Amino acid sequence: MNVSDSFKDPELCKKLLEQLHNELDAPLRFMEVCGTHTVAIFQSGLRPLLPKEIVHLSGPGCPVCVTHESEVAAFLDLAGKDGVILATFGDLMRVPGPKGRNLKLAQAEGARIEIVYSPLDALKLAQNNPNDTVVFLGVGFETTAPTIAASIMMAKQQNIKNFKVLSFHKMVPPALKVLLEDPECAVDAFLLPGHVSTILGMEPYHFVAETYNTPGVITGFDPVDILQSLLIMVEQRKTGKASIVNQYKRAVSDSGNAKAREIMFSVFDVAEAQWRGVGTIPDSGLIFKDEYEEFDALKALNITLRDVPQTPGCKCGEVLKGKMQPNECPLFAKACTPAKPVGPCMVSTEGSCAAYFKYQVTA
Amino acid sequence: MSESTLLLDHGSGGMASNRLIGDLFFKHFGNPILNEMNDAALLNITGPITMSTDSYTVDPIFFSGGSIGTLAVHGTVNDVAMLGAKPRYLSCGFILEEGLDMSTLEKIVIEMAEAAKEADVLIVTGDTKVVPRGCVDKIFINTTGIGELILPEATSGAHAKPGDAILVSGTMGDHGLTVLSNREGLNFATDVKSDSAPLNHIVAALINEIGDIHVLRDPTRGGLATTLNEIAGQSNVTMNIVESQVPVRESVRNGCSFLGLDPFYLANEGKLICILPQEKAEAALTLMRSLKYGEEAVQVGTVLDPENAPGKPGQVVLETPLGGHRLLNMLEGEQLPRIC
Ligand code: SF4
Repeated sequence: MNVSDSFKDPELCKKLLEQLHNELDAPLRFMEVCGTHTVAIFQSGLRPLLPKEIVHLSGPGCPVCVTHESEVAAFLDLAGKDGVILATFGDLMRVPGPKGRNLKLAQAEGARIEIVYSPLDALKLAQNNPNDTVVFLGVGFETTAPTIAASIMMAKQQNIKNFKVLSFHKMVPPALKVLLEDPECAVDAFLLPGHVSTILGMEPYHFVAETYNTPGVITGFDPVDILQSLLIMVEQRKTGKASIVNQYKRAVSDSGNAKAREIMFSVFDVAEAQWRGVGTIPDSGLIFKDEYEEFDALKALNITLRDVPQTPGCKCGEVLKGKMQPNECPLFAKACTPAKPVGPCMVSTEGSCAAYFKYQVTA
Repeated sequence: MSESTLLLDHGSGGMASNRLIGDLFFKHFGNPILNEMNDAALLNITGPITMSTDSYTVDPIFFSGGSIGTLAVHGTVNDVAMLGAKPRYLSCGFILEEGLDMSTLEKIVIEMAEAAKEADVLIVTGDTKVVPRGCVDKIFINTTGIGELILPEATSGAHAKPGDAILVSGTMGDHGLTVLSNREGLNFATDVKSDSAPLNHIVAALINEIGDIHVLRDPTRGGLATTLNEIAGQSNVTMNIVESQVPVRESVRNGCSFLGLDPFYLANEGKLICILPQEKAEAALTLMRSLKYGEEAVQVGTVLDPENAPGKPGQVVLETPLGGHRLLNMLEGEQLPRIC
C-alpha cells in the first residue's frame, strides 16, 4: 500500500469511525470551509456513516460560489467584446449571471472563450494571438493566485502586452472572521482547507483559536484525513482548549509556501472584496500593485463593476455561511438543478448544493 | 494518390472526384457489393435487422490507440451489435475540409479498412463532400451500420431485472482521458491509450455460449455512470455498484485526479456492459476473459428491487470502499476541469 492509499484504508477508517462514535459526547457542528471537503465527504460515502450528532455545515470555500454577482456580470460583459479572448478554468463556464446568462451561452453566440488548465496556457494564448487581448479570469483563492501572479510577472519580463487578468481573487482567513463574529453561525470547529493551506501554512488561522476559542484542523481530502480531524475536534471540545492543528503535514508545511506568497504579494496588494451572499469583507481580495497595473483587465478594458441585483430566491449566502443546509433552500431540486442552476453553488464542482444534489441518496 | 492536397474539385462529381473515389476508397474498402458502383448497395439480409448511425467529429483526429477512422467503424459496429446482432454492412459518409492533406485522409481510410476487416463488416456504400476551408474541422465521418439479429428477442435497456449481475468487459475511462490528454498542450499522461475496439465478437460469443442476456450497452459518451443511469431508468430498477470493483487503470486514475475529472463519466469506445442473471455471471466472465478485448472483465454490481434498496427506482447507488453509499448520477453537460 502506498502512502496515499493508506489514507483511504477501509480498515483504518472503520477503527476511526468506531472511536469517533465512542468519543463523541455532545453534538458537533463543524464547517467544511472548503467545497472540496464537502465533495470528498460525500464521494467517499463517509457522510451516512458519521454519527448523527455531527452536523456538517458548508463554508465559503468554493471560489466559484463566492464570486460576486457583479463580477460574474463583468466577465459575461467581456465575453463577445471585439478583439477579446477570454481564458478561463472550466468551472466558470456554467455559472449563471444576470438573466441566467453564462459563458457557455456566450460561447455559442460567438464569444471567443478558451478553457485553459493553467494561467501559463493563457499567456501562450496571448503570444499566439498578438492582435487580440487575452483576458484570464482570475477567480480563486490563495491556491491559484500565486501561479497567476507568476504568469503576470512572466508577461512583464517577456513584454507580452496583450495579456490581462481580471483579479477577482479572494482570501480565506478574513471570511472565517466574518463567520466567527456572526452569532447565528454557531460553528463549533473548522475543517480548514488543504489546498489553500499549502500556501498559507498555519499562521493566518491562529486567530480562530486564540480570539474565538474555536478549533481548526488543516485537513487532506481522504477519509482517514477527515476522520482524524474530526477526532481532533471532538478532543479539543472536550478539553475546552482550542488550537489550530495541521493534520495534513504530508502536503502542508506549518509555515506554508513562503516563495509562493512572495510572488503573490509582489504582484498584488490586499484590498476589500465583495463576496456573493456574504457581502464586503475587508482585506479579503487582491488588487494589482502599481508596477503591474498594465496587466489589470479592469483598468485596461475600462470595466467598472456595476450593481447587479441578487438572484431572487437563491439562498447561496445562507448556505455559504452555514446557516442553511443546501436542501433546505426552497428552490433546491425544484427551480434549481444542475441543468437549470439558479446559483453557482448548484453548478460548481465544489458547490455544496451541487454536492447534495449529486450524491445524496434518498430512500 | 497522385494529388497531395484535397481540393474543392475532389467533391465536384467530375474527374477529380472519380480519381479520389477510385484511388482511395475503392482501393482500400473494395468488396463485391461496393465494387458494383450502383446508386445503392444491394444487400442480402434475412430476419430482423438492427441499424444505427453516428457521426464522428473527434479532435484530435489521431490519438494514441486509434483515430477518427477506427472510431467511426468501432462506434457504429458496437452500437449495431448491442441489441444482440451480428453487424454486416456499413455505409460511410465523409465531409472533408478543403486543403486536407491527402496522406492524412489515406491513413484514416486505411485504418477504417483494417477496422472493418477485424470486425468482419463490409463498407458497401459511401459519400464524399468537400467543403470550403473553415466549414468543418479537417474531417467529419458518418457511418451507418446494419446487422442481423442473432437473438430470438433483442436485448434492451428495459430488461434489467432485480437479482441480475452487472458486468463490464474492462477498464473505464481510457478513451475519454486519452483524447483529452492528446489535445494540444496536455501531455501529462503519456501512457494512456484509447480502448477503441470492435465488440461484436464478444457479443456473439456471449449470445451463443451463455444466453439469457438481458442488457448489452457500450458506455460511450457519458461513460459508465451515465449509461447505468439510462438503463436503471429504462428498467425502473435500482443499481448497486461496488466502487472498488470498477476497473480503472492507474494512469487514468492519476490523470483524472490531476484534472478533477471522474473516470466513471469518461467515454469508452471498446467496452461493454452486460446485464444477465447472477447464476450466469461467472460463466460470462470466464468467456469474456478468454476473448480479445474482454481480458479484464469483472462484475461491478447488482440490479436491486427499489423496494428494498437504498435509492429510488432509476437510481444508481455507489457503494464506496468504506461501505458507505452515495448516488452515482447522470452528468449534466460535459465534465470540465476545475480551478483548484
Ligand atoms: S439550491 Fe440553488 S438557489 Fe438554493 S442556494 Fe443552492 S444554488 Fe442557490
